[in-house]
Amino acid sequence: MSILIQNGRVIDPANGVDEVTNLYIEDDRIVAVGDTPIDFEADETIDASGQWVIPGLVDLGARLREPGQEHKGTIASETRAAASAGITSIACLPNTDPAIDSPAAVDFVCQQAEDAGYAEVHVIGAMTQGLEGKALSDMAALKKMGCVGVSQQLTPGNDLQVLRNAMDYAASQGLTVYFHPEAYSLAEGGCAHEGAIATRMGLKSIPEAAETAALGVLIALVEQTGAHTHFCRLSTARGANMVRRARMDGLPVSADIAAHQAFLTEMDISDFNALCHVRPPLRTDRDMQALRDGLADGSIEVLCSDHQPHEADAKLAPFPATEPGISGLETLLPLALRLHEDDILSLEQAISLVTSKPARILGIDTGTLGKGKLANICILDPDHSWHFDSATMLSAGKNSPFDGWPFKGKVIRTMLAGETVYEA
Amino acid sequence: MTITQHQAGPLPAKLQLREDGSLRHFLSIEGLPRQTLIDILDTAESFVSVHAQSVKKVPLLRGKTVVNLFFEPSTRTRTTFELAAKRLSADVLNLNIATSATTKGESLLDTLRNIEAMFCDMFIVRHADSGAAHFIARHVAPHIAVLNAGDGQHAHPTQGMLDVFTIRKHKGDFTRLKVAIVGDILHSRVARSQIHALNILNTNEVRVIAPKTLLPADVEKLGVHVYHDMNEGLKDVDVVIMLRLQRERMQNALLPSEHEFFQFYGLTNERLKLAREDAIVMHPGPANRGVEIASDVADGPQSVILEQVSNGIAVRMAIMSMVMGAQQ
Repeated sequence: MSILIQNGRVIDPANGVDEVTNLYIEDDRIVAVGDTPIDFEADETIDASGQWVIPGLVDLGARLREPGQEHKGTIASETRAAASAGITSIACLPNTDPAIDSPAAVDFVCQQAEDAGYAEVHVIGAMTQGLEGKALSDMAALKKMGCVGVSQQLTPGNDLQVLRNAMDYAASQGLTVYFHPEAYSLAEGGCAHEGAIATRMGLKSIPEAAETAALGVLIALVEQTGAHTHFCRLSTARGANMVRRARMDGLPVSADIAAHQAFLTEMDISDFNALCHVRPPLRTDRDMQALRDGLADGSIEVLCSDHQPHEADAKLAPFPATEPGISGLETLLPLALRLHEDDILSLEQAISLVTSKPARILGIDTGTLGKGKLANICILDPDHSWHFDSATMLSAGKNSPFDGWPFKGKVIRTMLAGETVYEA
Repeated sequence: MTITQHQAGPLPAKLQLREDGSLRHFLSIEGLPRQTLIDILDTAESFVSVHAQSVKKVPLLRGKTVVNLFFEPSTRTRTTFELAAKRLSADVLNLNIATSATTKGESLLDTLRNIEAMFCDMFIVRHADSGAAHFIARHVAPHIAVLNAGDGQHAHPTQGMLDVFTIRKHKGDFTRLKVAIVGDILHSRVARSQIHALNILNTNEVRVIAPKTLLPADVEKLGVHVYHDMNEGLKDVDVVIMLRLQRERMQNALLPSEHEFFQFYGLTNERLKLAREDAIVMHPGPANRGVEIASDVADGPQSVILEQVSNGIAVRMAIMSMVMGAQQ
């Protein structure tokens, strides 16, 4: 099967391409951009005039809820939602029930994703057995089964020797480690940023130091072990600064933020809006601006969905009793484009944050439109203005605080390895 | 920048007022107009005399059913709400819903729907989660009024109103008053409601006195002056409000010991002398004698603690009648 995508504006930040041209696909791969390859005969021609042709999005952080929480979402339901939002690769986290800490569990997830056929799913496995922070998981076997990295949330014991060993072991297997930098005891039970808003609302709060204290410890361990380390979901200005400094010191660290952290602040919970109950919490306007600066200067390399679909009941309770998280797959691209529209980022930057950069950190060979790459492609209509309607979300979780937000640019086709998996 | 804010839900103040400005629910003092507070105080004043009558009832809520919906144990608050409702001739239903029952599968909304089906007119809600009263107000049938009887660490607005009622009875004009609130501000919904009420009524100065571990972050943004030294904070104040110190604060390493707390933040007769001579001493109860307040102060001539309790009935009658009155 050969496909010609004709006259689209091809934007491929990794290769410095931004021009109106043709893109040629043979079976599952891109065979050329620009000049027609010899002997190419298109079985199908897609007219992309006036449209943008960008790499399929790579989402570095989503919870697909399977196994164990199928009432919130399944790999099939969530990858289908991803495809509709232009996302072709998803890295999923191991904090399922049970945790993804064995090759069999990795195999199960990959099999579910393959059966569904909407998006590539890459597994970040558990760094310790059951994510308990005590005994190391079979990391080498996890890697052999296809894990792109291993992850750990800081546990009550916070045993630094275990963490250090886990990082050393992961490094020796060539695995990147992923950490949510949150000091357990400083954050436990909290549901809002420690500051004037939480004080007014009487909410148990999570101080900035929950993030910075954890980062301090982890950065020290990176210095010690040299392990390639990715910090997931930064939320504070000081945290972003610590990562910036560590990178300037030449440490092998990178970081991402959840897309909502670039748009929402603690003010958004001031009417007890449970849809804005997230972890780490929404922080101050100053923090939000600093995170945007981090995206702009490249010290924060990735914007991710931090997708956490919930059943409706999970959000129907008094604020502290609701479950944290936003169903974020379907607003990832709109929010990324919004950062460009609002003059925070160049278009190339905005797109690379959700394509080539997360792909590079995950070590997966996608996120660009280069010759020979998998034809993971998103075609969008850049002029289409629309309002986000959470009722029409494809994710099993409709828990989005962006209901009613106006966006510009809408996905009209998503291709996964040359196959159209979504068409508007 | 062209960030369009999403449509936020109704803010607390908007949720509890009707379009004509009358009270629809009573969830939080924050954001209420000063006149609403004054109306509550004046109405409460008119109910004080009801206590003295031989027939202690007025027919304002006749035929109405008030449900005390307590998800958290309380004797005093529940009793005064019950008395207030009965003196307004309402029927009262007391439901003590053990928190365990709701965690065993029945959601708060399920509980709510079940009680709604009993044809009630008013819910008096106490719940351990901040925002619970707002949540319920947002989800109840439109004919039901919700009164917050304490939600988590957020608000206890009827307590805040009865406290300013008591202050007004003794001191009159708020604009000349200095009020000090002492103790565990961090965990206190009462303190938050008192601070909002005092500031809306233009109190000259509101102080909070506590070690930093018992103060919430950025507390000064609530409109208070912060003192860590009690001797300094009590100077020249007209009103001293002591807060209850829960024993678990010691276990959570917020304080070294009860002994040390009493020594540095407990109200003794000697320390009370630093305040104005005619200062009154208040406590929302129940007091821990010898922990935050000495017995001879609690029972002393400057204490108005018991008066607060009886004023609580009049103030709650006022708020209930205003909420229901607007509905008729």
